[in-house]
Amino acid sequence: MFDLEAIYRAASVQDAIAALVADPEAVVIAGGTDVLIRIREGKLAGCRLVSIHDLPELAGCRLDAAGALHIGPLTCFRDIVDHPLVQRHIPILAQAAAAVGGPQIRAMGTVGGNLCNGATSADTASSLFALNAVLTLTGPQGSRQLPVAEFYLGPGQVALQPGELLTDICIAQADYQGFGGCYLKYAMRNAMDIATLGTAVLARAHGAALMELRVAFGVAGPVPMRCPQCEAALSGTLFRDAERLIAGLVREEIHPRSSWRASREFRLQVAGENAARALRQAFIQAGGEV
Amino acid sequence: MLQIIHLTVNGRAQELAVDIRASLADVLRRQLGLTSVKKGCEVGECGACTVLIDGRAVDSCLYLAVWADGREILTVEGLRAGDGSLHPVQRAFIEKAAVQCGFCTPGIIMSAVEIVGAGRRYTREELRRELSGHLCRCTGYENILDAVQQAVEQTLQQASS
Repeated sequence: MFDLEAIYRAASVQDAIAALVADPEAVVIAGGTDVLIRIREGKLAGCRLVSIHDLPELAGCRLDAAGALHIGPLTCFRDIVDHPLVQRHIPILAQAAAAVGGPQIRAMGTVGGNLCNGATSADTASSLFALNAVLTLTGPQGSRQLPVAEFYLGPGQVALQPGELLTDICIAQADYQGFGGCYLKYAMRNAMDIATLGTAVLARAHGAALMELRVAFGVAGPVPMRCPQCEAALSGTLFRDAERLIAGLVREEIHPRSSWRASREFRLQVAGENAARALRQAFIQAGGEV
Repeated sequence: MLQIIHLTVNGRAQELAVDIRASLADVLRRQLGLTSVKKGCEVGECGACTVLIDGRAVDSCLYLAVWADGREILTVEGLRAGDGSLHPVQRAFIEKAAVQCGFCTPGIIMSAVEIVGAGRRYTREELRRELSGHLCRCTGYENILDAVQQAVEQTLQQASS
């Protein structure tokens, strides 16, 4: 038995928003793989839930007329991994989603929940940072758009206002077309583990030149982050130079902490090493000559 | 508080009044007596509570019973054929001695049933990944992998013959 007081099973997005307006302290539950664990741990003891578990309107992926890729926040990790549009246009997100938990968790946990938890370790977050994902937040006053980088306010804190739901994750065509990508998860185990450090790299290539670079990390700071200075310094350089320089540059920009999982120094080491490895794979995927 | 849900469990339609606080594992074990569904960690780490929900392997400890409304649930109790014979996965587990204490077995069998049902070949590495949501504290993993691999191969051979 879970220590919860009530659950409202919303029948639509509007229904869920109305329920959240009526009960601002209610907790939204989607796949449940994080919220139910927090209830089990006593952190949400006695909570009232608004369940959006069964809202097919928020699941699935589609391309719009402008070529932008829309990902329903309720799409579970397993469906992200298997989705032909994701595999074709943003395989880096499939790679990140495949790194979450184990198969049973991936069949239930959702990409939107991964973001809304506000955890820096969320496997899909760093890839969505690198892809410049734009989130749609829908509340009683209507919808607004927010870049994913502005969604994170602090550890466990996101920009959802009372009564708001994450209703769309959008990646513009210009943010995926021509890019190769790679997500590398560093953890103690290959499965069922939280990332010690997550590294997402997107690259565009022309011959031996790295035309554009994007680097994002999870657990390199209190929230997922990009490395804009490193990106600016290495975009438009030769791959072989970028591969040599990227480790030092990202280490100057990130600020990981020591935790029981790993020390700050270890995370700095892994970040540099995995940035270089992910860059190589992303560059090759983008058709670059290494 | 109770809610009425309608679901199909092991092929039988059920109408149940479930506590809103109950996990699906709670309801399957206590209300329906399906004790093949094991409660190990209850936080989605060990996979002992794995059942198929609409054909997909899911941790029933991290799944609210009220969500099962309208869904189809399969547990080990529902695997036996009409004539009483065991499922190919169950037979393979016996033949490969893939059971030690047996606590993790029902969960792994349900994941394997989904894998076998996919109707394709898996590499050993893929099977490792597909079974990575299960912990076996007897550490009998090699025999378990052998059993799942055998069940996959036999099912494919039967389908093609």
